[in-house]
Amino acid sequence: MSEFNPRIVGFLCNWCSYTGADLAGTSRLKSSPSIRIIRTMCSGRVDPTFVVKAFELGADGVLIAGCHFGDCHYQEGNYKTMRRVVLLKRLLYDLGIEPERVRLEWISASEGEKFTRVSNEFTEQIRNLGPINLEYLQNRISHSLNEPVEVI
Amino acid sequence: MSKPKLALYWAASCGGCEIAVLDIEEKILDVADFFDIVFWPVALDFKYKDVEAMPDKNIDLCLFNGSIRTSENEHLAHLLRKKSKVLVAFGSCAHEGCIPGLANLYKKEDILNFVYKESPSTINEAGIFPQTKFKVNGNEIDLPEFYESVKPLDEVVPVEYYIPGCPPQPPQILAVISLIIEGKPLPPPGSIVGAGEKTCCDECTRTREEKKIKKFYRPFEIVSKPDQCLLDQGILCMGPATRSGCGALCVSANMPCRGCYGAPPNSLDQGTKMISALSSVIDSQDPEEVERIINNIADLVGTLYRFSLPSSILKQKKILRSGQNASN
Repeated sequence: MSEFNPRIVGFLCNWCSYTGADLAGTSRLKSSPSIRIIRTMCSGRVDPTFVVKAFELGADGVLIAGCHFGDCHYQEGNYKTMRRVVLLKRLLYDLGIEPERVRLEWISASEGEKFTRVSNEFTEQIRNLGPINLEYLQNRISHSLNEPVEVI
Repeated sequence: MSKPKLALYWAASCGGCEIAVLDIEEKILDVADFFDIVFWPVALDFKYKDVEAMPDKNIDLCLFNGSIRTSENEHLAHLLRKKSKVLVAFGSCAHEGCIPGLANLYKKEDILNFVYKESPSTINEAGIFPQTKFKVNGNEIDLPEFYESVKPLDEVVPVEYYIPGCPPQPPQILAVISLIIEGKPLPPPGSIVGAGEKTCCDECTRTREEKKIKKFYRPFEIVSKPDQCLLDQGILCMGPATRSGCGALCVSANMPCRGCYGAPPNSLDQGTKMISALSSVIDSQDPEEVERIINNIADLVGTLYRFSLPSSILKQKKILRSGQNASN
C-alpha cells in the first residue's frame, strides 16, 4: 500500500512566518512538500471560515503560523488568532473532527529551521491521523437558479 | 382571469411558520382574496393526490416550510417543485435546517434508540421501532423512511427565494406577499427576501461599548442591564453573526439573539463568523485562560449553529461508520 500523503493548507503571515518559510528555502532545508502555503497579511486575517472551508474542499490538516506574541506587525492580531484557534478546535471537536488537524505555531522571520521542523512534524501527525474522509460533504448538491422568475 | 394559485406546505417543522402566516392578521383576507389557495394541509382539506393531479407549473407561489427529514418530505419537495412556478424556502427550517437540523449531531440509530427505547418516559417492551413497510388486514402499507441526516430544502430541489426566520416575522411576510399582489418586479432568483442586509446588531438599540469578557453567562445566571449590549455583559448573543430583519425582537425582550435569521450577507457560515466575533471580545492573552472562559459556554456547537447546522460548511457531526475508529 502506498503511503498516505496528506494535503495540508498552511496560512502563513506575511511579516514573520512566510519570511521564515522563505528562509528555510534559501537555507536549503528540506521541508515537507505536503504543505500548500497561502500567504496572509496577518495570522489574524485567517477567518475560521477559511479553515472549515479548507476541510470541506479536502484538506486533511490546516497550519496557521504567525509572529510570536509581542512581535505582531499589527500589535495584537496574533492574540486574536490564538483565541480563535482555541474556539475553533472546541467546535471541531464537537463536530467530530480531530482538533489536532489544526495547528497554530509562532514562527519568526529568522526561524527557518523551526518552519521545517513544524511542517515535517505536522505532516507526520496528519499522516498518523489519516485522511479526513468527509465523504458526506462530497455529494452535497448546490442548486443555483439562473433563469429569471416570471412575475406572477 | 383566474386567480393566481398559492400553496403552503410543512415538512419537518414545528408549525410556527403556519402561525406566522396567520399573524399577518386581517391582511390574510387580502391574501385569500387575491390568491386561490390550492394546497395547505394544516388548514384546508386537500390531499396529495389533488396536487399530483395538477398540471406542471400550475401553482404560482408555493411557500414551503420545514426541513427534509423523511422520504415523505423529500417526495413532497420534488412534487411541489414540479407543480410550482415559484418555490420559496419559507422559514429557518427550509432555509437552513433550523432546530430539527441539530439532529445532525447524532446518528440516526442513536436518535431512534433514544426515542423508542432509552428515554425515561418510554415504555416499549415489545421493542417496536418505526418500519417503512407495515402489514394490516392482509394489505401492505408504505410508511416514510427516516433519513440519516436533515437537509435544508435547497439541497433537495432548487428554490427561487428564501424567507429566513424562526418564524419569519409577519411584517416581513406581508412585505413579500404585497410585492406579488401589487405586481412589483421580483428580486433575482436565489435572493433572500423578507430580511435585512446588515446584522441584527444594526437593529438593536442597546448601547455598545468596548467589550471585555472574562466570563460567559447563560441568561438565567445574571440580571442583565436593560440598555447595555448583552454581549458586553457576557451573555452570548448571536447578533454580530446574524442577518437583520426581525427588528431585534429577542434582545428587546432581554433575551440574547439566537441567530434564526441565519448568517449575514456575504458570510458563508454563521458559526465560524461568530467564533471570529467572540475571539475579539474575550479579554485574555493566555490560551489556558481562554480555554477556561469558553468552557463556561454551554453547548458551543448548539449555540453557534442553533439554526444553521445543516447548511453550514461542515453540515453535521462527522459520524464514524462501524469498522472505522478515530485513529485510522
